[in-house]
Amino acid sequence: MPARLELRDIRKSFDGKEIIKGVSLTVAPSEFLVLVGPSGCGKSTLLRMIAGLEEITSGELLFDDQVVNHRGPAERRVGMVLQSYALYPHMTVEQNIGFGLKLAKKPRTELRERVEEAMRILQLTALRDHKPAQLSGGQRQRVAIGRAIVREPNAFLFDEPLSNLDAALRVQMRMEIGRLHRQLMNTVVYVTHDQVEAMTLADRIVVLEDGRIRQSGAPMDLYERPANRFVAGFIGTPTMGFIDARVTGGDAGGSLFALGSGAEEQWTIRLPITLEQGTRCTIGIRPEHCSLAAVDGGEVSGVVVMLERLGADTFAFVDVPGCAESIAVRLDARTAGVHPGDAVGIRLQTERCLLFGQDGEAIERRP
Amino acid sequence: MTPRQLKNAPLRLALHALMLLLAFVFLFPFLFMLSASLKSNQDIFSDLQSLRALLPVGTLTLQNYAEVFGLGNVGRFFLNSVFITIATVGIGLAVNSMAAFALSRLEWRGRAPVLTILVVLLIIPFDAITVPLLFIVASLPGLEMTELGISPTRSWLDTLYVQIIPFIANTFSIFLFYQFFREIPKDFDEAAYVDGATPFQVFRHVIVPSSMPVFATVGILQGLAAWNQYLWPVITVPGDAARPLMIGMQQFFGRTTEWGQVMAYATVITLPVLVAFVIFQRWFVRSVAGSGIKG
Repeated sequence: MPARLELRDIRKSFDGKEIIKGVSLTVAPSEFLVLVGPSGCGKSTLLRMIAGLEEITSGELLFDDQVVNHRGPAERRVGMVLQSYALYPHMTVEQNIGFGLKLAKKPRTELRERVEEAMRILQLTALRDHKPAQLSGGQRQRVAIGRAIVREPNAFLFDEPLSNLDAALRVQMRMEIGRLHRQLMNTVVYVTHDQVEAMTLADRIVVLEDGRIRQSGAPMDLYERPANRFVAGFIGTPTMGFIDARVTGGDAGGSLFALGSGAEEQWTIRLPITLEQGTRCTIGIRPEHCSLAAVDGGEVSGVVVMLERLGADTFAFVDVPGCAESIAVRLDARTAGVHPGDAVGIRLQTERCLLFGQDGEAIERRP
Repeated sequence: MTPRQLKNAPLRLALHALMLLLAFVFLFPFLFMLSASLKSNQDIFSDLQSLRALLPVGTLTLQNYAEVFGLGNVGRFFLNSVFITIATVGIGLAVNSMAAFALSRLEWRGRAPVLTILVVLLIIPFDAITVPLLFIVASLPGLEMTELGISPTRSWLDTLYVQIIPFIANTFSIFLFYQFFREIPKDFDEAAYVDGATPFQVFRHVIVPSSMPVFATVGILQGLAAWNQYLWPVITVPGDAARPLMIGMQQFFGRTTEWGQVMAYATVITLPVLVAFVIFQRWFVRSVAGSGIKG
């Protein structure tokens, strides 16, 4: 049965230093939840606490309304796939998958049937007698998943399972994990630092920063309506462009913003939001919500520093005076003739611009 | 040969010559012992002037071995030594590896100080604790087998277990296991815990099968030490019943002037060690070469 997981103000300290700073979260039965965040944000620690591999300093962890803080990993009935796969090197594929059932002293026939079933689902039957050293990265990954599913756990926990694979295999395994979830409909908590994995697999993404949840929501919600500048910058590739701004005037229909910072303030833009004059904020813009124009034809201007050709898409990175980081612009066919070093203007789709206050939180565009 | 190898040929030749010489230096006493043990006293002395001393040639006989086992209690000494060695190694491997597992893989209060004490103990030679240890075992109540059954004794002296129990826990063995276990990724343990394993099952099913080289190394080192014990049995085993082969040899020297028999006795002592080493050397070499575990 897919479990319902609930985390209530979970905290974790190592040697007096707090790593997880009060995380509250509910994972619905059969939900595919992805924990995402930069290195060191505590996402793996949180997953290990759910698994029972790490003690919970304070707070409560519930599986189907039962507090499981002091239960071991096996009692929680979770299946886990670790980043390194951790296949037992002296056991064959079949023995690796059946190890948990053997420990649970399952009858021999049941053990064999369940191992066969897991190997069939993961297309490992032909490799049953191979040792881990004889397997490719993708095959090892599948054995690790087999070891997790064979025990029919209440929840699957994945700790960066694809980070050791090459790019092509990663895409393939990503699809397989998605397919497996649709097939088994189990509760999944999946940790990754790769936001593409998060976007493609998740029913819901939880973005963590420094041991706290910064936002939780459906992938496209996070992409289109990030709650703060951190999430806005973390979700999406290339990353969102940010331009410092200051409100210089306006009326009930909107405000005028001076773009750039300090002496570099040289452009103005009108956005349909009413803010107090003098308010400082940051404008965020996705690469697909802006376009290149002639130097004097856009809201801001700068110099192209790099082109990133990804096949279907090409992105230009433009250094704009007064902006700490280059602004990515998705190019269309008409502007494909741009070269690094060219001076260009950037036209912003003002209705798609996002606004963030000085505290980093999003400012709602419309009441 | 490649041109590079050809260029280095003289150097290689010199190296091989040096290695052959070294091998001969090490083999020489062994060859002499083995061939002399099969010869009569007269043949040994007449062959001494030539290379024949190192070769099993001339009139060969097993008479020396028959005499050795016929004299005194050599058969019993041999069995004592075998028992002491197997017991010390068998129990020692289990105890020391489990101690190292607890130190390297489990979290418990006081682990760090215990590890520090272990490292400190490494530098204390056995000779320094021999006398205090003797006082301890001399006043420890023990048990002995008599015709009437098992009866209590007032000390451990003159028993087999006085030659076994003090040598089971071995800091150097624990340290070797500890170093090896530390290199095994902790992910294996965690995967096993998620699979429902207890710490002992992790040790038994995950750590032990991955650590054969270090088990072979510790087995050989601890086995050699047990087999070659001399000082300790000299002071703790005055009687014949529990006497090991090494002490028997010294006693044997006093009783005979037959060099063939002395060499036969020496062969009886050396051969089991040599056979054990040949059997386990594959793992032993691998372990000494510092092999780790890679996924």
